[in-house]
Amino acid sequence: MISINEAEKASLEKKSSESLLELIDVKKHFPIKSGFLQKTVGHIKAVDGINLKVNRGETLGIVGESGCGKSTVGRTVIRLYEPTDGKIIFNGKDISHLSESDLRKDVRKNIQMIFQDPFASLNPRKTLRSIIREPLDTHHLLRGKERDEKVENLLEKVGLNASFINRYPHEFSGGQRQRIGIARALALNPELIIADEAVSALDVSIQAQIINLMEDLQEEFGLTYIFISHDLSVVRHISDRVGVMYLGKMMELASKKELYTEPLHPYTQALLSAVPVPRKKGSMAVKRERVILKGELPSPANPPKGCVFHTRCPAAFDLCKQVNPDFKEVKNNHFVACHLYT
Amino acid sequence: MANPNLAGNTSGSLDVHGINTSRDTMLGIMARKFFKNKLAVFGGVFLIVIITAAILAPVIAPYSPSKQNLLLKLQPPNSEHWLGTDRFGRDVFSRLLYGARISLLVGFASVLGSITIGTFLGAVAGYVGGIVDAMIMRFVDVILSIPSIFLLITLVTIFKPGVDKLILIFALLGWTTTARLVRGEFLSLRTREFVLASKTIGTKTMTIIFSHILPNAMGPIIVSATLAVGYVILAESGLSYLGLGIQPPHASWGNMLQDAQNFTILLKSWWYPLAPGLMILMTVICFNFVGDGLRDALDPKINE
Repeated sequence: MISINEAEKASLEKKSSESLLELIDVKKHFPIKSGFLQKTVGHIKAVDGINLKVNRGETLGIVGESGCGKSTVGRTVIRLYEPTDGKIIFNGKDISHLSESDLRKDVRKNIQMIFQDPFASLNPRKTLRSIIREPLDTHHLLRGKERDEKVENLLEKVGLNASFINRYPHEFSGGQRQRIGIARALALNPELIIADEAVSALDVSIQAQIINLMEDLQEEFGLTYIFISHDLSVVRHISDRVGVMYLGKMMELASKKELYTEPLHPYTQALLSAVPVPRKKGSMAVKRERVILKGELPSPANPPKGCVFHTRCPAAFDLCKQVNPDFKEVKNNHFVACHLYT
Repeated sequence: MANPNLAGNTSGSLDVHGINTSRDTMLGIMARKFFKNKLAVFGGVFLIVIITAAILAPVIAPYSPSKQNLLLKLQPPNSEHWLGTDRFGRDVFSRLLYGARISLLVGFASVLGSITIGTFLGAVAGYVGGIVDAMIMRFVDVILSIPSIFLLITLVTIFKPGVDKLILIFALLGWTTTARLVRGEFLSLRTREFVLASKTIGTKTMTIIFSHILPNAMGPIIVSATLAVGYVILAESGLSYLGLGIQPPHASWGNMLQDAQNFTILLKSWWYPLAPGLMILMTVICFNFVGDGLRDALDPKINE
């Protein structure tokens, strides 16, 4: 079995009160290049000023429609991208501009990722043994027999048979592959796991299995999750707190219960009203008001002035077109970026 | 175990359905796909025969390739000389065997060289991207814009033609298509999730390039290599035919053809040019067959 060593456990408890991860005004702009000399003609503002804290041991869900920058947030946190601006504080340390070799020393071990597409996230030419071994080898953790035992252990942890160790990814189904991806992410005993659309590519019944597995593992290893998804129901199931993103900005962030029962931001209200509600046979449909948003998602290369949502907001007024609302705590631990609540 | 029910299900289901009870290795699947392609198997067998014959030429050849016997010149095929004799009474069959050595050596050696250069530069361009990519690819454009046959002729007239120079010239001019191909593969593979996963693990860049990306780009590289061998053999024959390649008395398929281009020989001793001509044709075609077969076998998107 995998054991968190005692020193780590102690430091875990000591730090448990403070937040594990903090983003301060994090921005990620991708340059748009054009012409022969590759001159920068503009920027895609994929993430444009995100503030949030992730507490140790919790699951933070991030939802939003396609292209809102939620995946970019995840990839910036794990430093696949270097943030354009702002700070990423992980375990009390600013990791936003660390070099790759510094990242390798202690950050990479502690933040891992589960990817969206289980068919693309495993190298088709490697056996499970070498896929799951890679993190151990990279950080020179275990050797020989111990290493093989650890790999077999990890496979069993994620609900796969340890005898699959010499098989190739193509021999497995999507759900099983996602388990392999989870085993790889667990190999280094990370503190934070970023699940980027981790179940979106799976059948609904398999989604439930993977989510249950993730919850069990969280309990066993004291993991912290950032769960990125476009599926409001899945996020509702797994998260403790939920953030809603729109066009590179965080619109609302609150505990799951508050966000789903009393959404404050008009965008969140519109999103939630779009979730289909199952009803029992014979009972009356619960009539809900469906908020239909007009227009299209504006281009993140040229976001609207003022509040980025004002072009589609049913409640927009003059101020919204001029001034970008601050992301403020309007209730206890309920943050909203909207002029309606100032 | 986190959830015994779940674990039981997944580990059992594979065996229950009888799937994957045999160990399917990547290599096994590829071999099976390749052997289903009849033309590719034919090409492969033919090439193996030619290569073996070329290696064993001193053993197999009934005569020395340069031994002249002017009394027996331009003999038609007979029991003494299986493929007849040439203008100087040399045994065509023996010269064909020794010619195969030169032609195949030039083909394999120069393609090995050009594939190595092309793969390295293409990998760097595709993985690093940006200004490095732009510079390498513009350099490729420059090389491609040079009409290679004229450069070859120029170089061969400056330096004394020989096998080593031919190999060098073909290697230094032939890597551009491989570089473009490898760059394209790397561009698409470097953003694949398994590469990102390796990055998030902290795997070193060189390991990512050589252990993760390159094996996945190997298919197209091998295919282009087999096709290139055919092309180089043809080009070498062309140069030798023009008298700029392998110099007599050494035999190569190209200079045997050149030797046979005399009009009377074409009319009266048609078997003489036929032998090297057919060898060039068959070898190039077989390399193409094998290349096609490998392409299908190595592409995981094409099912059995």
